[in-house]
Amino acid sequence: MKLLKYALLAIPFLYFSCDDDDAPEEINEEEVITTMTVTLVNHQDGSDVVTMQTQDLDGDGPDEPVVTVSGPLSSGTSYSGSIVWLNEMEDPAENITEEIVEEDDEHQVFFSASGVSMQFVYMDFDGNGNPLGTQFVLAPLTTGEGSVVITLIHEPDKPNDDTLNTAGGSIDIQTAFPVTVE
Amino acid sequence: MNCKCKKCGASFTTKLALTLYSFFSLCCINSFAQNCNNKLSIQILDLHDGTPLENATVQTNGLKGTTDFDGNLTFENLCEDSYVLTISHEDCESLVETIDIKKDTFRKIRLEHHLNELEEIMVISNNRNNSRTLFENKISKEVLDDYNSRTLGEVLKTVTGVSSLNSGSYLSKPVINGLHSSRVILINNGVRLEDQEWGIEHAPSIDINSIDKISIIKGASALKYAGDAVGGVIIAESSREKLLDTVYGNATTNLQSNGRAGGISTNFTKTNSNGWYYRLQGTLKRMGDFETPEYVMTNTGFSEYNLSFKAGLNRIDHGFDIYYSLFSNRLGILRSSHAHTAIDIINAIENDIPHIIEDFSYDINIPRQKISHNLLKLKGFKNFDFGKLSMRYDFQSNDRKEYDIRRGDRTRPALDLNLQTHSIAFDLESKFENNSNLKAGISARYQKNFPDPATGVKRIIPDYKKYDFSLYSVYDTNFSENWFLEAGIRYDFSHIDAYKYYRTSLWEARNYDELFPEFVVEDLGLNTLTNPKFDFHNISSNLGARYSISESENIFINYSMSSRKPNPSELFSEGLHHSSARIEIGDLSFNSEVGHNFSLTYDSSNEKSSLTVNAFANIVDDFIYMIPVDLLPTIAGVFPYWEYKQEDAKLFGFDVKYDRQYFTNFFVGHQFSIIKGYERANNKPLINMPPVNIKNQISYNFPELNNLNFSLESEYVFKQNEYPNNNFEVFIPTEQTYQLLDTSTPPDAYHLLNFASSIGFKAENGGNYKINLRIENLFNKLYKNYLNRLRYFTHEMGRNILLSVSYNY
Repeated sequence: MKLLKYALLAIPFLYFSCDDDDAPEEINEEEVITTMTVTLVNHQDGSDVVTMQTQDLDGDGPDEPVVTVSGPLSSGTSYSGSIVWLNEMEDPAENITEEIVEEDDEHQVFFSASGVSMQFVYMDFDGNGNPLGTQFVLAPLTTGEGSVVITLIHEPDKPNDDTLNTAGGSIDIQTAFPVTVE
Repeated sequence: MNCKCKKCGASFTTKLALTLYSFFSLCCINSFAQNCNNKLSIQILDLHDGTPLENATVQTNGLKGTTDFDGNLTFENLCEDSYVLTISHEDCESLVETIDIKKDTFRKIRLEHHLNELEEIMVISNNRNNSRTLFENKISKEVLDDYNSRTLGEVLKTVTGVSSLNSGSYLSKPVINGLHSSRVILINNGVRLEDQEWGIEHAPSIDINSIDKISIIKGASALKYAGDAVGGVIIAESSREKLLDTVYGNATTNLQSNGRAGGISTNFTKTNSNGWYYRLQGTLKRMGDFETPEYVMTNTGFSEYNLSFKAGLNRIDHGFDIYYSLFSNRLGILRSSHAHTAIDIINAIENDIPHIIEDFSYDINIPRQKISHNLLKLKGFKNFDFGKLSMRYDFQSNDRKEYDIRRGDRTRPALDLNLQTHSIAFDLESKFENNSNLKAGISARYQKNFPDPATGVKRIIPDYKKYDFSLYSVYDTNFSENWFLEAGIRYDFSHIDAYKYYRTSLWEARNYDELFPEFVVEDLGLNTLTNPKFDFHNISSNLGARYSISESENIFINYSMSSRKPNPSELFSEGLHHSSARIEIGDLSFNSEVGHNFSLTYDSSNEKSSLTVNAFANIVDDFIYMIPVDLLPTIAGVFPYWEYKQEDAKLFGFDVKYDRQYFTNFFVGHQFSIIKGYERANNKPLINMPPVNIKNQISYNFPELNNLNFSLESEYVFKQNEYPNNNFEVFIPTEQTYQLLDTSTPPDAYHLLNFASSIGFKAENGGNYKINLRIENLFNKLYKNYLNRLRYFTHEMGRNILLSVSYNY
């Protein structure tokens, strides 16, 4: 009977669909940034170090990022700032900073302050001489309470006027750190 | 008539040869004859429908007889021997049959009709409806030819009440009566398409050049194929092969101004009167960036290549075929549509034009999609006394890679899914004497989804295996002269066995640790490995009637219940969906969604005019859809947080299509469609409902001038005034202010004019050429489309001049 023959023809196809039942491997999420740590060292007093950190260990999971600032800033001085980005989902944690510095033409950090007046100066630049921002200088101009907003943009338009208005690209990290300037 | 005479001549010669042959063979065998008291009773039946054939002549060794009204004939006093019978009938091909006589014998013998009559039967079966009581919208080969450089989504829009949900200019998926994705089932050459259809930015993997006919059933399932088509079914078929010794085919080339390229497509069919045939088909398409009237939509080009092969044997009482098709494309996604956070989208909306506009290019850069879809089908059928039994096995492998803008030198796709589906089905179609039909079938399916972990990105859709089993039966009958009734029922069983890594924080936040502790395989700290298993039992049914007022006037009344199990996205989504810059969360506790669709259609057509009015109400229980519930802060900033919900919904609407011929060659056509959809509990409008639209067309035809045709189409799309308000106030940290993320407000109404012209020429060798010219968006209007997911980033395509030349032979 023909139909039977056709049915027999199909059997090899059904066979190769049966395979093992093993659980799939866990994915190493490579590009996620879980942690941004900003270290500010007082130019006048090298022992005065202020650390600002945002950490979101579950990435796009429901836990909110934890933002910490270690202490107040002082007016009348300036701070040498550096930023480190980590992916702590990987074990050991991956330092994303290296990647960002390597692709300096595709990244830029933007700085702004609100509530208090501050000046930011870029200290590192990409191959075209445009600012990158993993190294910078922060100078509080007034005292009071406010916030420092640090934004890492992927694929910005370069050059720009160093504000987000002309930055383009898309936001990788944006955190407002609450600060007190004394 | 000429043709018929030729046939008679041919069959006369055959008859003569057969008679001589039987004479010689019998005279040799007869010398061994002994017992000569045997009786041979014969019944001659029509091979394709089993009806008895009267007046068939049977000859053997000088004996000759003619069948009676019931097709019966008896020869007596036959010896124990082999008899070679020559059977002939004026409508049929002659047949020679050898029968061994040892005792009284009864035999049924089936005769095949003349080929030209078979050809007519084939033509009728080509135009056959899938149901006698469901109104089907059809798209003819002519319309498909006019749209051969487009997508399936585009060509389906020519049907009233069907629209398309787009992601950019080329990626479009069909929306039937306001519903789409998993609610619209696509059947390609008898095979249910399995191609990750849950994604609204996933276009169906079908090449329209491989199809000769499309039928659309709105709001109901064709129970033979599926029970979960809450929105409707689209059935795409290639036509049946002719039963003649011939070759035919087509070659088409088309060019278009927008995208600055085009495509070529060709098909070739060789058929034989003995039923054997094969068919080859291929398509190549290449486009560069599309353009709005004011700017280039950077990175919107695509390339596509498709091929298909079909071969088989086509007899009236049995046959088989093997079909293979490959659909493969690479599709650029608008460069500026890559937004990461809510603020990026706010910026994009404020910008009005895309942020990145580069010079025109044919390059297909990142972001892009790369899809390949393989389909292999084996099918056989045989007619028995009790009906036509067919068997089908098919295998599909869908490979989807989505490349996103990534950090580092990562060139791997961010999404890499492979979906393999095997299915096997047995179908029975029986005709009864009282003009009623019974269709029944049984099918099983195995599906495996494999998301490649090498992407280094969390899986959107998990690894899963799915086992389906289904049974259906549909009975239709001609209740009285004017009434056709149909009733059908289908049962679907599905077992899903998935492995998924959930973020432990999410697993606990959604209370899954208490609801589904049995799913947990291992808690790995950051992630929890789970093994969710589900069983779904679904019943769907259909009850329809057609009242035939006259031959050209019909009323269709239909109630259809469709049950759809939640798709993988609705069950398992849990995280950032990059292409929509939002966090999407599914729900493991969903049950099946059940749609009750009532539709009423009036259809009348005569030589001068045709009118179709269709009204529907679709009451959907446990409708699964997404709503924004909050903003979720992450390290990257805030994201809208969307959750799938299950609420009761209702959709209703109606559409009208009216075509009329004035004078001899002047045609006017009108189409109107309105669809409304709401949540039942609070009357909140559903998202992405197609706005009201009106299409009008005038055309003039010059039959004496090579069928030269001019037509002008006007399409007016209203602003969607009923939409859910899913807007959010988003805090902008740099400015310490809140800004509105307005992703809800639909764009303004628009009016487009299209021009079309065509002309045909006969070639010397009997083939014909057709030249088609179309100008779309004649006045180069700048507009946005509510049903384009990328409308926040870009306008629609500007003027497009399309020229196609096709040659048929």
